[in-house]
Amino acid sequence: MKKSKDDYLTVFFIGIAATYILVSLALPMYAILSKSIENKDGLFIGLENYKYYFSNPSLFYSIYNSLYVSIISTIISVSLSFMFAFALTRSCMVAKPFFRSIAMIPILLPSLLAGIALIYLFGNQGIFKELLMGKSIYGPIGIVIAEVFYTFPHALLIIITALSIADARLYEAATVLRAGPIKTFFTVTIPSAKYGLMSACFVVFTLVITDFGIPKVVGGQYNVLAIDVYKQVIGQQNFEMGAVVSVVLLIPAMLAFVVDRIVQKKQVSILTARSVVYQPKKNKVLDTIMLVYCIIISICILTVVGMCLYASLIKFWPYNLSLSLKNYQFDLMDGGGWDSYYNSIKMASFAALFGTLIVFTTAYFVEKARSFKPARIMMHLLSMMPMAIPGMVLGLAYIFFFNNPNNPFNFIYGTMAILVISTITHFYTVSHLTALTALKQIDNEFESVASSLKQPFYKMFFSVTVPISLPAIFEIGIYFFVNAMTTVSAVVFIYGPKTTLASVAVLNMDDAGDIAPAAAMGMLIFFTNAAVRIAYVVFTKNILSRFQNWRFKTA
Amino acid sequence: MMKVKSLFLMLCVLLFGSVSAMAKTQLTVYTAVEAEDLKKYAATFNEDHPDIEINWVRDSTGIVTAKLLAEKDNPQADIVWGLAATSLMLLKEEGMLEAYSPKGIGDLDPKFRDSANPATWTGMDAWVAAVCFNTVEGEKSGLPMPSSWQDLTDPVYKGHINMPNPNSSGTGFLDVSSWLQLFGEDGGWAYMDALHANINNYTHSGSKPCKQAAAGEVAIGISFAFRGAKSKADGAPIEIIVPSEGVGWDMEATAIIKGTKNLEAAKTLADWSISLKANQMYNDAYAVVGIPGIAKPVEHFPENLVDSMIDNDFAFAASNRSRILEEWQNRYDSKSEPQ
Repeated sequence: MKKSKDDYLTVFFIGIAATYILVSLALPMYAILSKSIENKDGLFIGLENYKYYFSNPSLFYSIYNSLYVSIISTIISVSLSFMFAFALTRSCMVAKPFFRSIAMIPILLPSLLAGIALIYLFGNQGIFKELLMGKSIYGPIGIVIAEVFYTFPHALLIIITALSIADARLYEAATVLRAGPIKTFFTVTIPSAKYGLMSACFVVFTLVITDFGIPKVVGGQYNVLAIDVYKQVIGQQNFEMGAVVSVVLLIPAMLAFVVDRIVQKKQVSILTARSVVYQPKKNKVLDTIMLVYCIIISICILTVVGMCLYASLIKFWPYNLSLSLKNYQFDLMDGGGWDSYYNSIKMASFAALFGTLIVFTTAYFVEKARSFKPARIMMHLLSMMPMAIPGMVLGLAYIFFFNNPNNPFNFIYGTMAILVISTITHFYTVSHLTALTALKQIDNEFESVASSLKQPFYKMFFSVTVPISLPAIFEIGIYFFVNAMTTVSAVVFIYGPKTTLASVAVLNMDDAGDIAPAAAMGMLIFFTNAAVRIAYVVFTKNILSRFQNWRFKTA
Repeated sequence: MMKVKSLFLMLCVLLFGSVSAMAKTQLTVYTAVEAEDLKKYAATFNEDHPDIEINWVRDSTGIVTAKLLAEKDNPQADIVWGLAATSLMLLKEEGMLEAYSPKGIGDLDPKFRDSANPATWTGMDAWVAAVCFNTVEGEKSGLPMPSSWQDLTDPVYKGHINMPNPNSSGTGFLDVSSWLQLFGEDGGWAYMDALHANINNYTHSGSKPCKQAAAGEVAIGISFAFRGAKSKADGAPIEIIVPSEGVGWDMEATAIIKGTKNLEAAKTLADWSISLKANQMYNDAYAVVGIPGIAKPVEHFPENLVDSMIDNDFAFAASNRSRILEEWQNRYDSKSEPQ
């Protein structure tokens, strides 16, 4: 068969996408792995570094500590969000959209901000210090509370999805068999949401074990693996050992990821064509309990944000409580001043623009191209990888790879471009999955028809695929923007003199003891993200809906 | 298709555009000088040299040092202005510094320069350890005011002291190296063992303990005099204590990075950094500066601080740096056992 122009273009684009993933992911990861088996002079020394690492008992505690806080946070976060998701999907409680929006707030904040709020709430000068009954917030208690806050919406989103696909026929059967509400809950609700729950557990576990911001702010002397990477690299200037700890940190994250993928595969079979969508019935007792629960959780979330806002406006906590904007004079503090904020906006915009472009076109070829199956499967697998790689590990890998003078891409080191690439790669997987989901909704017959009408695929892409997928495309763009604004881990090792970022400024100001200005910068990030989100909702309602009218039957 | 391509090209130009050349000489300057002073430093320098634009890379001492070492094969910095002399000695050992004796080096106190000729680094000012004591919190918890390093090991202070982690903070390292010099190798570690029992938290930055003491988050912060004076000026209820055994100190210093593409501009800055005008500028906040005899007293700075400065053996500190840090880490850094 003669190769068509389409085929050449497909090869060309798959080639570009493959090169991108190779340069932004595979080669840097290779660089960090090889660094971990080298000595300071770059000579191969086998597993010597690992031997040294594991012979150091203090480092062993870090592994234990990491697992300890990750497991506890996972149990609490998933339980709390399960109940919240239950309220949103299985009760007839009022104001569901309102509570859902409140629950999403933590996604718009850098994770560090939760830690900062805890210091103001429960620190030595904290308002609610007595609630801890003499225990210090610095340490595992603070880490767990802050991690639960930070991971709550992530778990919630997954569990809501799991609970919304329940099959009403199972509940009917339960009623017919005279199962009480509690028995129904344990024999129908939990098992049908089983895979969602497991998935939520793995996602939260990975988020916590790879998070570095929260232990940095409220961890006190409680060492975890992510902090060890930071200390080895920044404090001890020991890059080889940093690489070793990175590899150790990769293992639990990878394991969680692999198990999650296996679980996800099983999920598919739950919903069949014959399923009937479950509609909750009014139940005064249940609805009231759920409402009270959601109010309590919402108050907790709003307290954290409100505390940071209040603290950022106080002149000199706790001795001078008059209000002032002094803490917003970032140019007098560490972290790069107001420039960091503008850089962050710029970086987040680029990440949103290029990230969406790269992710969506790559997903398009993975899903819709009609040939080169092995290459496409390979691309898909590589696209799933970033989820398992902690941001700091990626960042450290970028130093090793891009700061090598022999690397032809060396020129991007220290520029905005490396930050954008690191961010896109770090948040690649979720965007890729969003794009795939949207593309799978479009029947592949469209491609066949276009091909038989001798239309080039890109014409089809721009006039059919893109317009249909616009909501997903914008969703991906916003996802990149919000995360680029808040991420610390993916950029902390690679920002340069002219590319300081707001999220890193929060870290650096807290580091220097300027905790109120750190809270102020965190609030600025929050307001920016919230504004973007709100603008998007308004935009979807008014404009985007016109493109999507075909989805709804007209009366 | 062409449209898409040209759009892509345009975006590439936008993305990489910030690298484009500008009329002024751009000098990348790595520093650990306190953030609030950077604008003033650059502005004062630009009064004399408006044709050179300074691009600061500021971080705490450990981090700047780590960054410089990481970039050894491909240096990003043109010059270092305001980094601990012990760190610069380390860089000198690695062969990373350009040998250049700035104009006017003869006016400097001999302690404030590299003894080699031509010199690789020159000092700016001394940055001296001190203890910040929050009088309000001290009274609340019934803590007496300490007056010596040994006082701080009294069990009454258990959980009330923060100090910087020497692995990331230059201040932390100068504390540790001064205790090893004051109390001897064994006595120094014994002292730190006792102090460790009272430590609430080791911080990453040297100014944080004093800022935390100023905010009452902890009663006592082992930090440096300059930070204490600033916080006191902001209205914090703190006393700055100079322990009676003597205090450790380090110099903030300047050095040109070997291989810089802007050697002339870097030399101009190195010359200016030891000028009388620069020294007077350092004196706004630091009581001890490189040119002897010109310093005026600084507000809220403890008096006679100079007399309390130990006879610091920088060669000892620099050449034993990695050994001391490793030992410290093994003893104290990861003792936090799961509860």
